[in-house]
Amino acid sequence: MSAEAALDHGHAEGHDDHADGHDDHGHGDLVENNYMKVPNIKLAIWTFLGSECMFFGSLIATYFFYHEKSITGPLPQEIFSIEITSISTFILLMSSWTMAMAVDAIKQGKTGRTVNFLLATAVCGTVFVSFQVYEFWHFYHMGLALQTSLFGSTFYTMTGFHGAHVSVGVIWLLIMAIMVKKGYITGEKAYSIESGGLYWHFVDIVWIIIFTFVYLLEFAKPLSDAVK
Amino acid sequence: MSAKLHTIEDIESPPPDMHFERGLKSGITDWLTTPDHKKIAVLYSLSGFIYLLVGGLEAILFRIQLAVPDNNFMGGDTFNGMVTMHATTMVFLAIMPMTAGLANMLIPLMIGARDVAFPRLNAWSYWTFLFGSLVLNFSFLHPGAGAPSAGWFGYAPLTGPEFAHAGVDYWWAGLALLSASSLAASINFIVTILNLRAPGMTLFRMPVMIWMLLVIQFLLALAFPPVTVGLILLGFDRMFGTLFYQVSMGGDPHLWQHLFWVFGHPEVYVLILPAMGVVSEILPVFARRPLFGQIAIIFSGIFIGFVGFGVWAHHMFTSGMGPVADAAFAATTAIIAIPTGVKIFNWLGTLWNSKLSFPTPMLFALSFIPMFTIGGLSGLMHASPPLDLQQHDSYFVVAHFHYVLVGGALQGLFAGFYYWFPKVTGKMLNDTLGKIHFWLFLIGFNVTFFPQHILGNNGMPRRIYTYPADAMWGFENMLGTAGALIMGSATLIFAYNMFVSFKKGEEAGNDPWDACTLEWLTTSPPHVANFEFTPIVLSERPVWDHKYTDGHEIVAPDKSESFHMPSYSWKPLIVSSCVLTIVLGLLLNTFIPGSYLWGLSVVGGVGTVLGVYAWVTEPV
Repeated sequence: MSAEAALDHGHAEGHDDHADGHDDHGHGDLVENNYMKVPNIKLAIWTFLGSECMFFGSLIATYFFYHEKSITGPLPQEIFSIEITSISTFILLMSSWTMAMAVDAIKQGKTGRTVNFLLATAVCGTVFVSFQVYEFWHFYHMGLALQTSLFGSTFYTMTGFHGAHVSVGVIWLLIMAIMVKKGYITGEKAYSIESGGLYWHFVDIVWIIIFTFVYLLEFAKPLSDAVK
Repeated sequence: MSAKLHTIEDIESPPPDMHFERGLKSGITDWLTTPDHKKIAVLYSLSGFIYLLVGGLEAILFRIQLAVPDNNFMGGDTFNGMVTMHATTMVFLAIMPMTAGLANMLIPLMIGARDVAFPRLNAWSYWTFLFGSLVLNFSFLHPGAGAPSAGWFGYAPLTGPEFAHAGVDYWWAGLALLSASSLAASINFIVTILNLRAPGMTLFRMPVMIWMLLVIQFLLALAFPPVTVGLILLGFDRMFGTLFYQVSMGGDPHLWQHLFWVFGHPEVYVLILPAMGVVSEILPVFARRPLFGQIAIIFSGIFIGFVGFGVWAHHMFTSGMGPVADAAFAATTAIIAIPTGVKIFNWLGTLWNSKLSFPTPMLFALSFIPMFTIGGLSGLMHASPPLDLQQHDSYFVVAHFHYVLVGGALQGLFAGFYYWFPKVTGKMLNDTLGKIHFWLFLIGFNVTFFPQHILGNNGMPRRIYTYPADAMWGFENMLGTAGALIMGSATLIFAYNMFVSFKKGEEAGNDPWDACTLEWLTTSPPHVANFEFTPIVLSERPVWDHKYTDGHEIVAPDKSESFHMPSYSWKPLIVSSCVLTIVLGLLLNTFIPGSYLWGLSVVGGVGTVLGVYAWVTEPV
């Protein structure tokens, strides 16, 4: 293969945007040979989310490993309030919509609108966490502590780590809002808002799984027992 | 082999035009604030090597206890502490950081990048690793407790609050910090390898070393979270009285075993694959021919990475999982022997009928093959549940994993140290001292561990701190202790060699081994921006082809290239210290209950948030 042909081969595999990403600010230079056509930060967040899947996978697996293995009560059916958790779930899911709107706004370069939607997302996240704090307080007073039973240990740990992730997400959103406000993030760096958005949507999806398998299925159970 | 057409020194390039946002510091401040992957590589390698000496010392101490029957050099508790710390240190604080050192040095150099994708995150990974290792080793100084003594696998319920002292608190907290460090490093390296390759460096033009490092980064990113969860649950049991491993309340110790080995087995490949990468780089250079079946070696590595996630429960055959699980895990375990065999035959194919030379890196790479094969074959025996039931918890297993991890992983790393030391420092390691190191180490290693196969088959169990004379295990154990001392002296000779060679070794030049890959294109030690110009890659062996293939010359551009370089930053060290403060708050609150010292964790948390804000708004 001649040198030129060999180079063309290299180009064919995606190196042709060699010159495009070349700016003189920030990490710009380090992304110049962007083979994956994904900004570094976004690729990093995707990788991180892969790792997070294993993290929550292990926590949820632990919950199922000990499902119905508790030797003392209270049982999930006795203390869960499906109405309250449904409301907080709805609020968290709606925050994914405001997040998507924030990403859309920054892509159009509308920074004011971006800040507003980021703050709205943060408010939804905070409301969700507040519901969770109330729920924990309520369950605690109904006799379920971290040390009461395997259900208490696994439930509080799993949902607690999810709540911690939402809280980290809220801090992340606030930092992004300040950075947009102060001009650190502009329309050209929309991918950094998008990366934060990836994390936020991921945390939402984890909640959908937890809500379905932990809350809804517990409520389906007495019904199916009755049918039997 | 044709004559050289060009040399690396022939390439004339104008000096690059580098600009920094804030520049770099000098002296000790530089080491604390550096974003430079080459300096961080040196920090990782040196820390790893120091911990190798510490772990080796721990091994020698408990080998002295085992040298003769009915010995009372140390008691059972101290012995357990030494064994636990030896294994934890060697796996997490010696081999992994030395691998991280190689990865940091080689990934940008071999793919033609100027640094990693996130230079400050790279520094954060190092400091967090260092703090985690210090937390772990601080357990020796804890009043009234001492080192963790529940084994490196930390089986529940041995680690529970009712059986284990404060050593285990340091153990889980230190490992949790190390897992955060590994996660950050793995993300960083994955992005670097996928996004920052030089023009023309397609995925399958990457050196085998880079492929193996890429595979282990995925293993680290995906395998560490389960053990992190396991460690957190353990910490909760110890701090807050949760019931995860409390059998009396329905808890099941198998939960820990699964979470640990889901991590633990991919971890084995994290330790061995980089060594395989090193061997795949070194053999072709000293056999003077391309690597035989390079693509097969790469795909074998990828395959090992995938299947590595499906074999963990072969560590648990004796826990009574039932015939279906036993058969499934026996099959997946046996399957891994196939890609491993492919690699070994390809290495032999590279060596076959070629003209070999034998400097020290080649000796280590060559001895890797038979030593690793012995360990691999005894490992394959464990894939069979009936055999495993016999060998489980015997010295046969000890012999097996030391052949893979010392004869394999550590010898591979030694080979890498000898091979790349000239690139890092500009000085050759002394070859005579290197050969003394090699032969002493190889002899000491085999004297220690080969008899342990026999010991195991004669029934000596692992983890016992002494044994009666009439068990007839004394001779092999005395050999083991003598061999450990020989390995220890060999390693000290290596330390001395690095010291003298660094001070007044022979000058290396750019390309001392007449090698193939891109790191030999630049000066030794490398230019601050790694390369004076961005190299254009035309084949798997750019530097070799430059020298020997007509039409594949590397040509420098006429005018200076302009590089934007990362500047010094205190933020990684600050954020890492804040994360350490969170962990210290939790530990202190466990040791002095009701003291409100968890307030430290709150301070650390707030500090982390502020530090991250300062980090992301810092101009780089």
